[in-house]
Amino acid sequence: MNVLADNIGTILDGFRETIALTALSAACAIVLGIILAAMRVSPAAPLRWAATSYVNIFRNTPLLLLFVLFVFGLPTIGLRASFFTRAVIALSLYTAAFVCEAVRSGINTVPTGQAEAARAVGMTFTQTLRHVVLPQALRAAIPPIGSLLIALTRNTSVAEAFGTREATYVLDSLGRDHASALYWIFAGIALGYIILSLAIAGGFRLLERQLAVIR
Amino acid sequence: MSVLYDAPGPKTRRRHVIGGIVGGVVVGAVIALIVRKLDKEGQFADAYWAPFQNSGVWQNTLLPGLRFTIQAAVLAIALAVVFGILLCSARTSEHRWIRVPGAVVIEFFRACPLLLLILFFYLAFGKELGTLWPLVLGLMFYNGAVLAETFRAGINAVPRGEVEAGYSVGLTKSQVSRLILLPQAIRAMLPAIISQCVVALKDTSLGFIISYEELVRRGKGIYESYYNIIPTALVLAAMFITINYTLSKIATLLVARLRRRGQRPVERTDVGEVTMEPTAR
Repeated sequence: MNVLADNIGTILDGFRETIALTALSAACAIVLGIILAAMRVSPAAPLRWAATSYVNIFRNTPLLLLFVLFVFGLPTIGLRASFFTRAVIALSLYTAAFVCEAVRSGINTVPTGQAEAARAVGMTFTQTLRHVVLPQALRAAIPPIGSLLIALTRNTSVAEAFGTREATYVLDSLGRDHASALYWIFAGIALGYIILSLAIAGGFRLLERQLAVIR
Repeated sequence: MSVLYDAPGPKTRRRHVIGGIVGGVVVGAVIALIVRKLDKEGQFADAYWAPFQNSGVWQNTLLPGLRFTIQAAVLAIALAVVFGILLCSARTSEHRWIRVPGAVVIEFFRACPLLLLILFFYLAFGKELGTLWPLVLGLMFYNGAVLAETFRAGINAVPRGEVEAGYSVGLTKSQVSRLILLPQAIRAMLPAIISQCVVALKDTSLGFIISYEELVRRGKGIYESYYNIIPTALVLAAMFITINYTLSKIATLLVARLRRRGQRPVERTDVGEVTMEPTAR
């Protein structure tokens, strides 16, 4: 118990890093994921093909391997960036594939009549997507995106082995120094992650209620 | 044909062709840019790719690594199914004092990062257990908790009337489970369980961090002696993608078959959330 109190500063710094990683990667992943989803439903075959390949590649590759590729690999081709930035690149590219699928299944939940009505009043593909389908699809995609962000929070832990001192790194280092107090450290850090997950879940439930529309 | 756009007329078709060409050029340009950068940095040099044309490297390093990966994944999934069944029966128990702890355990293991669990088991028991078991234990607890929710959704997917019909013709509780619930629930859950195998297989690579000799760790041995991180990562990614893509395809085919038969499969997102197919489609 004392170990937690003595190292509270280190632990909080770790979680600050975890939150920063999550927030930045989430923002990048959502933007990229929406672009990919639009490509996946577009009438232009090459765009559809590219987005589908992207999803298949990044969804089936282990996140750890992406960390190896981007955190260790990028410097070997002369691209320099901080460990933090490289971790954000790996996390965002990985998560974007899942965001794309969440938005796409959101698009699939929009009743066909909506798109047909939009077309019947003469809207183009872009207009249909922008004014009719996407606003409803994004609402339907909010709960799955919320779970994705919770998963992303957990996934940021992989960065601990790649030069980022986030919360899981704190367990790794404190746990080695204070082997007898390992259980307390584990409990404390696990609790931190659970609080983060609950906060994100609560935030998204609020967002869902705010944006709810009567259909 | 998507419902998002009409069957195109001649003008629209021309526009789509133009859009397709422009899109193709943009996508091609991005790929070309990446390839050119890799080429300029000498990433396609024979010296970097030579280890992967050497059958010794495959036989002594990569394939044993793949075997270790699969070994950990199979152990983890088998144990996770058992643990998941236990958790699911606790979660759906009629007794509150079993149900509530069951729910707490499930939520804990789903919210806790898998790597944190693995590191904890490694630091706590690594001396006695080596590296395989901390990895397998972490995977078992996490995937077991996810599977428990999958099982629950599978059981809930069986229409209530069928269970009631079973009771009304005098079947006992265990007969209802064995003869009515399970056969239908398992069929509905199969695709979700296969998707979970893909997740577990990908997650075995976390063993890299506790130096379990799985595929990526073996790859590290290669890139540390040949200084070819990017080529090695690309080869490993290709191996993972081949296996996982095949498994995912099987799951998709099973879902399609279930739907053709008018059954509702249990769907899981890739993050461990279990959802039911909406009926109204």
